[in-house]
Amino acid sequence: MNFAVLQFPASNCDQDALHVVQNVLGLSGRFVWHKENSLAGIDAVIIPGGFSYGDYLRTGAIARFSPIMQAVREFAVKGGPVLGICNGFQILCEAGLLPGALIRNRSLQFRCEHVFLKTVTRQSPFTHTIPAGKILRLPIAHGEGCYFADDPTLEQLEKDDRILWQYADDNGKLTEAANPNGSLRNIAGICNEARNVAGLMPHPERASELILGSTDGRLIFEGLAGWLEGRLAKAA
Amino acid sequence: MPMSDPAITPELVRQHNLTPEEFDKIKGILAREPSYTELGIFSVMWSEHCSYKNTRPLLKTFPTKSPRILVGAGEENAGIVDIGDGLAIAFKIESHNHPSAVEPFQGAATGVGGIIRDIFTMGARPVCAINSLRFGPIEAGAGAAHNRRLFGGVVSGIAHYGNCFGIPTIAGEVYFDPSYEDNPLVNAFCLGVLRHEQIARGAAKGEGNPVFYVGPATGRDGLAGAAFASRDLTEESAGQQRGAVQVGDPFMEKLVCEACLELLATDAVAGIQDMGAAGLTCSTCETAARAGTGIEIELSLVPQRAPGMTPYEIMLSESQERMLIIVRAGREDEVKRIFDKWDLPWARIGQVTDTGRMVVKHNGAVVADIPARKLADEAPVYQRESREPAYLQAVRAFSLASVPVSTDPAADLKRLLAWPGIASKNWVYRQYDHTVRDGSVVCPGSDAAVIRLKADSLPPGSANGSAVEKYIALTVDCNAAYVYLDPYEGAKIAVAEAARNLACAGAVPLGTTDNLNFGNPHNPELFWQLKESVRGLAEACRFFDAPVTGGNCSLYNQSPNGPIDPTPTVALVGLIEKREHITTQWFKDEGDAIILLGDVIDEQDPMRGLGGSAWLQGLHQLKTGQPPRCDLEKERSLHNTLRGFIQCGLIKSAHDCSEGGLAVALAESCISQQIARETPRLIGARIDLSFAVAEATRLDALLFGETQSRVIVSVAPLDVVKVVERAKILGVSAVKIGIVGGGELTLKAGKWEGKWPLAELHDLWWNSIARAMAL
Repeated sequence: MNFAVLQFPASNCDQDALHVVQNVLGLSGRFVWHKENSLAGIDAVIIPGGFSYGDYLRTGAIARFSPIMQAVREFAVKGGPVLGICNGFQILCEAGLLPGALIRNRSLQFRCEHVFLKTVTRQSPFTHTIPAGKILRLPIAHGEGCYFADDPTLEQLEKDDRILWQYADDNGKLTEAANPNGSLRNIAGICNEARNVAGLMPHPERASELILGSTDGRLIFEGLAGWLEGRLAKAA
Repeated sequence: MPMSDPAITPELVRQHNLTPEEFDKIKGILAREPSYTELGIFSVMWSEHCSYKNTRPLLKTFPTKSPRILVGAGEENAGIVDIGDGLAIAFKIESHNHPSAVEPFQGAATGVGGIIRDIFTMGARPVCAINSLRFGPIEAGAGAAHNRRLFGGVVSGIAHYGNCFGIPTIAGEVYFDPSYEDNPLVNAFCLGVLRHEQIARGAAKGEGNPVFYVGPATGRDGLAGAAFASRDLTEESAGQQRGAVQVGDPFMEKLVCEACLELLATDAVAGIQDMGAAGLTCSTCETAARAGTGIEIELSLVPQRAPGMTPYEIMLSESQERMLIIVRAGREDEVKRIFDKWDLPWARIGQVTDTGRMVVKHNGAVVADIPARKLADEAPVYQRESREPAYLQAVRAFSLASVPVSTDPAADLKRLLAWPGIASKNWVYRQYDHTVRDGSVVCPGSDAAVIRLKADSLPPGSANGSAVEKYIALTVDCNAAYVYLDPYEGAKIAVAEAARNLACAGAVPLGTTDNLNFGNPHNPELFWQLKESVRGLAEACRFFDAPVTGGNCSLYNQSPNGPIDPTPTVALVGLIEKREHITTQWFKDEGDAIILLGDVIDEQDPMRGLGGSAWLQGLHQLKTGQPPRCDLEKERSLHNTLRGFIQCGLIKSAHDCSEGGLAVALAESCISQQIARETPRLIGARIDLSFAVAEATRLDALLFGETQSRVIVSVAPLDVVKVVERAKILGVSAVKIGIVGGGELTLKAGKWEGKWPLAELHDLWWNSIARAMAL
């Protein structure tokens, strides 16, 4: 099982993602430079957080034109799992692999704090092992994490059960106070129609070790690894 | 010489902030009149910011040595300290006060950028940042709106740069006082990690080695910022010098950092230095001076952002994110390969010579030719006159007993928790990414922050034996009101408090970096503040075995309304041996016993703790009285005892008593743990201080006095006797003062009893700054 962690200029959570893959989960992984154009031998792709290309123009707007993103598109079409975290989520939306957009936080300020997440559905490679009713506690760190989409898109996401995580309080209630950025319907993360491409604003890779105060993020990576095992076994 | 250069007149010399004597010295060094470009070069290199010409004799009194020091103070861009197992840390603090006063966002942002560059210049990977900020009052007063604008701008500037670069900003301090109204302080600190063999030097070694310029093009921004920083801030200077503020690009910095670390791993680099203050000028003459070589550069080869830039402008520009790299001859292709990979501009602009001279050419014509060492190292040194300030007489004469006794201590505690100096700074640090890099073990909000170092904290090319995890604690402190009221004692307290914060986290001090923010050194009273502060810092750093590894002097911090309070900001870095020793300030479990380590009150002078206190400032608008005493022996015994307990696993929480005294420290221990957004963990306490109530003791002095050398700890009930008895054997007072638990904080002192619902205390403490900023 081989993970790729994409590196754009000014990705800055790339090392954290690879650290979790290699040192916490004990899986193999490597960085893939944005100028590369192949994902040969890769089983899962993580698009890490950061400020790719300085977030000039719009978050993720330039990164989507990188050579590697064409390879990511092809990889996703073939069913390969892709997880975009924070800036990675923004890039996936810009690239059209996920619907909607992430706009400036309602507060107009950057926010770094822990939030609670309700896992809405277990029907995805990223959520299938998260215990039902378990509230995840993960950190956020973003200035543009307000999920926005038009009403038909939101209706469709709900109808297709494609909202993976929502900001909630510690009882799982979707309150306004629990929503750190003004995201519509408290959306923190979603997946595509085929359910193999997902993005979320919170950082599971910063909550995968006890010493950092939460191991809830590990559930997402472990779920993905378990799902991949099944997929690889089927292919073999 | 370019046609446009003005003639060198006494007026021009004065405008360059050089005295007639200094100008004569320049002529002596050159054995002729300087050119316009040379005049500019001398003026920035001999500014206080670059030369420490007013402070050098004082700085020599700092302790700078220990077996752990690998690169000492003043040798390079930052000091480096051994942390064992072949690993080392580089750290330094630096001010960006004047730029932030005129353009808060960019001024603060580029302050962060500059200090990050100082760290990766040493070959270290920057892994965390902290900062120390001071502004005028934000709640009320004629200047409050202006102060809020500066405060908000500085915080978002720091956030912008640090967050984009991808460095956790993990600790800091913020104070508000009228003395900073026109001259805010922005001190930024960065820490990096490397292996011993990866230390890079800022030396232009090897005659014939090519000199490379890497990073974005040079523009007219930040012209002569170092000189700007080295004079008083006035309306006029601020207006004229807005152009002296640089514009930062953290995206570029991230790329330059990664590319430089990648290049350093190739061994193709003979020397490297960032272009910070005084840009190309400082980096060329300092690298040559350090290596005892010469350097020759051709300015037409320097990438330029604006057309028609003069040699003067190119040499003095402080455009950001630029580096000077001396490459081993024959290895030039590696520079090209790596910088092309990162899509970064680079240019070969000259070479190392054996002449000892810094020669600058423009289209082949020599525009500056100066002995490098004399320029870099032989700036004039001044022994400034000093005189005890007149105001101190009034301070000493002030009788604390004349302050009316508090009629409602319960309300006082609430007001203190809401006072911006004490209130939670979450409005600030929630704007900083403090969790990136997967190492933030104790985030902002406890006495000291703690980060974990792991394999990927190191620069590339350090695969061997780097798997050992290390825990580093950081804090930055200075109660400038104390320093104002007694510079020597106040400076000692700044170091003592920082060391205490480290001890509370379970850490042993490794070293200190200080930022001396003071007023104009030509004023004997202000210079006296500086001299006395340095005496206090030096003594305390020696005491805690925390040698000074470098730092920064920022003088001329004053406006027409007067000087700032003397502010020697002290950042201490410590090492925690084991993961289990990491300790936080908040109470943990119901039923635990609360013990006060240290004296409940200054027994010789029970009122002394109120001198310069937050209670006096915040509730009585008085900044006077003699500040509390700091007995360094006593302080050190406290730290050693506390650390010993922590290492034995006896301590569940430890919180130092500082501003607001016992009552505030107890309240903070109940309300400061934050689980998640809008979700604090509140845990009550029942305190009884009746044993300390004597007839003559004032309740306000007992509750809010800031007697030094005290820590509140919580321990399991079964460990109380052990802790109290052992502390006494070690010469530290220890007394059980209460029990953790319940839904409120109650405090009994003789007949008096205070009760506070935790949610109310938390709201006042947590939200006050946000409320002020919404005004």
